[in-house]
Amino acid sequence: MMMEIIENKVGKKILLLGNEAITRGALEAGVDIATTYPGTPSSEIADTFSKIAKYATKQNKDPGFYCEYSTNEKVALEVAAAAAFSGLRALTCMKHVGLNVASDAFMTYLYVGCKAGHIIVTADDPYCHSSQNEQDNRYFALFGSAPMLEPTTPQEAKEMTRLGFELSEELKLPVLLRTTTRLNHARGAVTFNKLKKPRKKGHFEKDPLLVTTPNTARIKHPVLLEKMKQAEKISEKSPFNEVINIGTPKDFGIVTSGVSYNYVKEVSEIMDLDVGILKLGMTHPLPRKMCEKFIKSCKSLIVVEEGEPILENQFKAMAYDIGSNVRIYGKSTDHFSRLYEYNPDIVAEAFSKIFKVKNPFPKQMQPKLKLPSRPPTLCPGCPHRATYYAVKKAAPKDTIYPTDIGCYTLGKAPPLETADLLLCMGSNAGTACGLSVATDQKIISFMGDSTFFHSGIPPIINAVYHNHDCVISILDNRTTAMTGHQPNPGTEFDGMGRQANLIVIEDIVKGLGVKHIEVVDPNNIKETAEAYKRALDFKGPSVVVSKSPCILLEVQRMRRAGEKIPVYTIDQDKCTKCKTCIGRFGCPAFYYADDGSIHIDETQCNGCGNCVEICPVDAISKKEGKK
Amino acid sequence: MNRKTSIVLTGVGGQGVITAANILGKAAVRAKTNVYVSEVHGMAQRGGAVNCTVRLGNVSGPLVAAATADVIVSLEPVEALRNIMYANKKTKIITDINPVVPFTVSVGGEKYPNLDDVYKEIQSRAILFKIDALKIAKDSGAAITKNIVMLGALAAADVLPFKSDVLLETILGNIPVKYKDINKKAFNGGMKALKDL
Ligand SMILES: Cc1ncc(C[n+]2csc(CCOP(=O)(O)OP(=O)(O)O)c2C)c(N)n1
Ligand code: SF4
Ligand code: SF4
Repeated sequence: MMMEIIENKVGKKILLLGNEAITRGALEAGVDIATTYPGTPSSEIADTFSKIAKYATKQNKDPGFYCEYSTNEKVALEVAAAAAFSGLRALTCMKHVGLNVASDAFMTYLYVGCKAGHIIVTADDPYCHSSQNEQDNRYFALFGSAPMLEPTTPQEAKEMTRLGFELSEELKLPVLLRTTTRLNHARGAVTFNKLKKPRKKGHFEKDPLLVTTPNTARIKHPVLLEKMKQAEKISEKSPFNEVINIGTPKDFGIVTSGVSYNYVKEVSEIMDLDVGILKLGMTHPLPRKMCEKFIKSCKSLIVVEEGEPILENQFKAMAYDIGSNVRIYGKSTDHFSRLYEYNPDIVAEAFSKIFKVKNPFPKQMQPKLKLPSRPPTLCPGCPHRATYYAVKKAAPKDTIYPTDIGCYTLGKAPPLETADLLLCMGSNAGTACGLSVATDQKIISFMGDSTFFHSGIPPIINAVYHNHDCVISILDNRTTAMTGHQPNPGTEFDGMGRQANLIVIEDIVKGLGVKHIEVVDPNNIKETAEAYKRALDFKGPSVVVSKSPCILLEVQRMRRAGEKIPVYTIDQDKCTKCKTCIGRFGCPAFYYADDGSIHIDETQCNGCGNCVEICPVDAISKKEGKK
Repeated sequence: MNRKTSIVLTGVGGQGVITAANILGKAAVRAKTNVYVSEVHGMAQRGGAVNCTVRLGNVSGPLVAAATADVIVSLEPVEALRNIMYANKKTKIITDINPVVPFTVSVGGEKYPNLDDVYKEIQSRAILFKIDALKIAKDSGAAITKNIVMLGALAAADVLPFKSDVLLETILGNIPVKYKDINKKAFNGGMKALKDL
């Protein structure tokens, strides 16, 4: 099947995910290089590039662009920035917290500026659907002085990406494309423009001002401020900033951006309001004249923006500057919250208070029956579960388990409960060091293979150098599972589908100077527990590399190879209902029948066979054939 | 066209809820109907509760306001009730009747409610349609087509602003030839099951 997203048919309309639309927009701008470190809700942007590249490689064609899953966001930004210095159009995408990691490069990159266009996509996650915080990255645009675009729909995301490259080249600055989950993971119709041919190779022109010594930085900072003045002029004329009237606007104006606009428009229509809406797409720098004119046109302003009061504070400042006494409703008047996501209900509730009319939507009525919660959980047959089970066998009760971000964070839930402390990617080993100084408790930390490469190495060096007494585990499931099974430096093939120079984790660990290293297969639970006991006995830092592929990849491999996936079953005559399997190991394929007997749900079992080893009365065995 | 249609699709991670929402969105584009779809990714994949929304017609975004859904399609009975805040008295709720018991029940000591109580509460607040989609899917040739059965049932529920053929064509246009027959059976089975109620 031809990939629809790379068809060069002008005017063709297809349904695209917001993230796919960003990729399409970049292709229409002739992007040369795309880099990332994966993270929800940004992942499908780079995954789409990768899919296209692999599709081309398979047909012995050149995709035209280069894409890579870099080791972390900072590296991703640096790789792309170098290309943009050399005259190639570049795109870098990451989740919001990724920009924290990349921020060191980002802040000074803005001083230096770029030659060819560079779009940096930040995918924010209000409500923390799949994140450890809900930080508002629009502050980064203000913090570092970056031009910023905020799309409302997939169609607009495509257009902003396409035209964002031109904006970036006009200003010689990278452009921040700020998105949120409801844009990244919304689908809508997108109309194609022409695909543009990439340049592929650039040329690096030497320039002393590309070396940011204190001297050049002092020269470059005022240049950046000048560029922002120029950007403000562009913002005044930007097609992405516009006033949209609903009814016959009289006293009230609404200022909004991003997905909030959708809720504002729909609710205003349903409530029959007479309002002017200032819809801002280029939100940094703001079009000051346009905003001032809008402020003057109304007696009251409502600012509707998820997250922090960034537009609100700027509008207050502008109103003050022009001596306006417009009333501004927003977060400071408690009509809107700084927390979580907005939706039509929240906007309608606020409008009903401000306009003193009835909320058109009925109150949300939750179910009266108490329903069981259904959080995500480690898959049946997940190797992380086997490691955790072994650890719990080996470790004393008071052991602390600093953890990290990945599927294995799900070990937090009962019955495993092997996650006690987590800040950000890489924090497991850093906090393990601190805990070893601060307490006399045993410490076993966990990180995944992708996390190890991302930011897990420096804290291990720290542990070695200072001889911190802790066990650091690397749960090497041969992939970056949580975000959708992307490659990492430990996997055989890269994002282009090419054979890569695979790096073996235990080799690195050895090179870091760790004296006690155990490499185990977690599916051998007994040996894994023994290895952990030895690691715990060792004085000083020790590392356990627990190596077994993510069961979903393993099942996929077996299916492709035509191998049968085994299914396991419980012999009801032997089973004593001791509940070890269900209550301590907790594979979700186990369930209780109405009579209290324990069974394995064949549709869920992935055939890892680990429950055979943990059953104390040998009641579990492989069933003939199947799947 | 001033009409809006709001659809909530729900179920358990792995049941194909997101795929169903995507197909519905593609069918709308095919039918030249304005459409927005919203989905959840990431944490929801690992067996968690999933909910997607699809909005058609004169709409400016994918999110459905409280009590304004025209139809809720659920691949699991408890998940149908979990999304009841989107329903009003006129909302049609189409659900499969086969429970997927979450691990919080087997491991965590929570309770899976009596299904009659679940249906009773739904019936007191909306219009309920129950079908054994899993059986229809299995009879069609593959349990995995349960989401397609549910799309068939949705197509028969008199809520979509386009013809059921468009939906079926979209489904068949997106899968390899060897699965077309099974999916067609599943879709038609779903349609028939709803009409027979
Ligand atoms: C700075 C930062 N970047 C990206 C992410 C998104 N993220 C969450 S989990 C994860 C992957 C972890 O992969 P790995 O460590 O191999 O664990 P697995 O999921 O495979 O068990 C990523 C990239 C994040 N939370 N923070
Ligand atoms: S996707 Fe893989 S690593 Fe993640 S929980 Fe499932 S089996 Fe475990
Ligand atoms: S073999 Fe046992 S532990 Fe493994 S997935 Fe099946 S039921 Fe779960």
